[in-house]
Amino acid sequence: MSSAKNPLKKPVTRRSVLKASAASAAVVSAPMIIPSSAHAYLNEPKGSSVTLGFNVPQSGAYADEGADELRAYELAVEHLNGDGDGGMMNTFSSKELKGNGILGRKVEYVTGDTQTKPDAARASARSMIEKDGAIMITGGSSSGVAVAVQGLCQEAGVIFMAGLTHSNDTTGKDKKANGFRHFFNSYMSGAALAPILADAYGNERRAYHLTADYNWGYTTEEAVRTSTEEMGWETVAAVKTPLSQTDFSSYIAPIQASGADVLVLNHYGANMVNSLTSAVQFGLRNAEANGKNFEIIVPLYSRLMAKGAGENVKGIFGSTNWHWSLQDEGSKAFVKSFGEKYGFPPSQAAHTCYVQALLYADACERAGSHDPCAVGAALEGFEFDGLGNGPTLYRAEDHQCFKDVLVVKGKENPTSEFDLLEIVEVTPAAKVTYDASIFGGELGSCNSG
Amino acid sequence: MELSAFLLQVLNGLDKGSAYALIALGLTLIFGTLGVVNFAHGALFMIGAFCAITVQRLLSISVVTLDETKTDFLGNPLKIRTPYVEQWFGESIGQGLIDWSVPLAILFAIPVMLLIGFAMERGLIKHFYKRPHSDQILVTFGLAIVLQEIIKAYFGANQIPAPAPSAFIGSFDFGVFIGFDPGTLIYPYWRIVYFLFAMFIIAAVFAFLQFTTFGMVVRAGMADRETVGLLGIDIDKRFTIMFGIAAAVAGMAGVMYTPINPPNYTIGMDFLVISFVVVVVGGMGSLGGAVLAGFILGILESFASMREVIEAIPGINQVVIYLVAILILLARPRGLLGRKGVMES
Repeated sequence: MSSAKNPLKKPVTRRSVLKASAASAAVVSAPMIIPSSAHAYLNEPKGSSVTLGFNVPQSGAYADEGADELRAYELAVEHLNGDGDGGMMNTFSSKELKGNGILGRKVEYVTGDTQTKPDAARASARSMIEKDGAIMITGGSSSGVAVAVQGLCQEAGVIFMAGLTHSNDTTGKDKKANGFRHFFNSYMSGAALAPILADAYGNERRAYHLTADYNWGYTTEEAVRTSTEEMGWETVAAVKTPLSQTDFSSYIAPIQASGADVLVLNHYGANMVNSLTSAVQFGLRNAEANGKNFEIIVPLYSRLMAKGAGENVKGIFGSTNWHWSLQDEGSKAFVKSFGEKYGFPPSQAAHTCYVQALLYADACERAGSHDPCAVGAALEGFEFDGLGNGPTLYRAEDHQCFKDVLVVKGKENPTSEFDLLEIVEVTPAAKVTYDASIFGGELGSCNSG
Repeated sequence: MELSAFLLQVLNGLDKGSAYALIALGLTLIFGTLGVVNFAHGALFMIGAFCAITVQRLLSISVVTLDETKTDFLGNPLKIRTPYVEQWFGESIGQGLIDWSVPLAILFAIPVMLLIGFAMERGLIKHFYKRPHSDQILVTFGLAIVLQEIIKAYFGANQIPAPAPSAFIGSFDFGVFIGFDPGTLIYPYWRIVYFLFAMFIIAAVFAFLQFTTFGMVVRAGMADRETVGLLGIDIDKRFTIMFGIAAAVAGMAGVMYTPINPPNYTIGMDFLVISFVVVVVGGMGSLGGAVLAGFILGILESFASMREVIEAIPGINQVVIYLVAILILLARPRGLLGRKGVMES
């Protein structure tokens, strides 16, 4: 029977196909995570356990950093459940955490692989929320991933505790009510570095920037340029380099003849290792320009990655969120429990992830609930100490932590393979604090699913 | 643009081009002899680089003694590591060996890469000779991922530094020789070494194919495999050996590259894509074309990443190689030195 003769069947026309595909597209793009009405909020824990989702790069170029994040989370879970020596729970200013899980429920966890790709990271976070019932997502080693996963958690209605993400955008133009960042950002790096650089290299410097061609690179270049220009430096040039670039020789070679006497490498990970290695090969470390010693600056240091650059980091300034050689009680306690469990000191990524896990658990205790809106409210404006960066504020306006920032320098005479950076200055939080409105963006309202 | 800036980018391009040319040469050897599109070739380069890391680690195997006067990060006595080579041969020879670990790794890499090459060809790739090119690409690409993950599982995902011997650290001032101001035209010693090494290997491969009986048979086999077979020559065996040689060339290129950029498991993939463009632009199956295209694209890439050029045409540094490849292929569909009939049946 042909469809035209059947009154119940409409003939298939181009128009009806278009309508149908538009309708199905609308269905597909609608939020996929629909909470059951029996729950007050998404993934409300009913039994004796609560599930957290650790979303870290387990494959791809940041896999080693991801592995360190996962170690930190496992340690945090151990401490929250009352095993081990308790680590920073003993030094944390809030005393709500008793080692009996979160709100009396045993902490369990699932892990996802972000692959350092926003799509993959969203997919793994979604799977942990939908299939595993994760009530909070945390981790990551890139701002692209952090912004993407934060957006997903906002739509879904769970809390996102960001891992390592340094772009201003995470708590700036892309901030979300359900997202919280403990790690510092590009603005803070610039503000902390500028006075130290002025002290060390003077106020009359001509800087040449090489900038990774993506979101984090832009905000870091902008931050360092603004803060160094304010103290009198001039920016000779800023050249964007492809993120996939491996050999930087053609970008480095012309610098010495450019009239610049400082090179700023707004690069992270492999970009940083390769561009710094090339710069040193081309003799920039020993060169003279404008009657001064030529200098190189790496705004964001990662010890794990600095290791790849070997000898080349010696004497080079940068900033970092935290370093294992800090001597406050919190840092010492964390380095001890991490070092005894794994045999080497934790990275800054491990530190921020461990702290985020503790801060989340503590906020649940103080709120008396796992409800994302209640937890978010408990984190907003929360002031604490004893977690390694001095007195810290989780600012309510943008969900960014304000705390001391470390200015570091590649160590000249390391005593061990971990001893790559020395702390030059601990810049107090007040000097890196900015107005919450300068980067735009809206938190919106919290979503509990 | 100043003359010194121009010359600097030419130098740079020659250096980049020599890496492209070495990998493309190996790809073309395999394609020309066995007719296989080998997407695992970048992985062979990567394994070569990790041969250098392995030799460095082997030479640095140490005896551990405790120094009670110092403490490590947990407050335990500091472990002092003294490499066995220093114990056996004395401190200066031992440190010298470790210092020269990258050039020494060449001696280690040649047999290792030959073996890996033979094993790859006999164990996997020979089963795909009669299959379509798309199957070959899939299986070799899969193999490349497996090799990468093996290296990652063992060495981690972060880059590992393997510096050049200290005698080659620093830069050479070309400018002073030709009357420029000091510092305007300098180039790192090790990159010059890399260029000369690449030239040597390329010349050696050409000489081997051109002036030895073995090479003559291989060239005859590349031109007409069936006829050479009918003459009673076991061409398959010779082609297997050529696969091993191509692997060794890629491996040596990888070893010597480690001081330029510290390797991690992805280093091969970074080169692979560009090397395929080089092979296609040079002409499928043409060894001379591969080398020529390697250098041309290397130099073009260097010029395109100059600040003045990027400011004039934003983004040109990311696309120049592919743009030029399109133009060349439009003008010469078989590539620069491509032969008729290759991959056209």
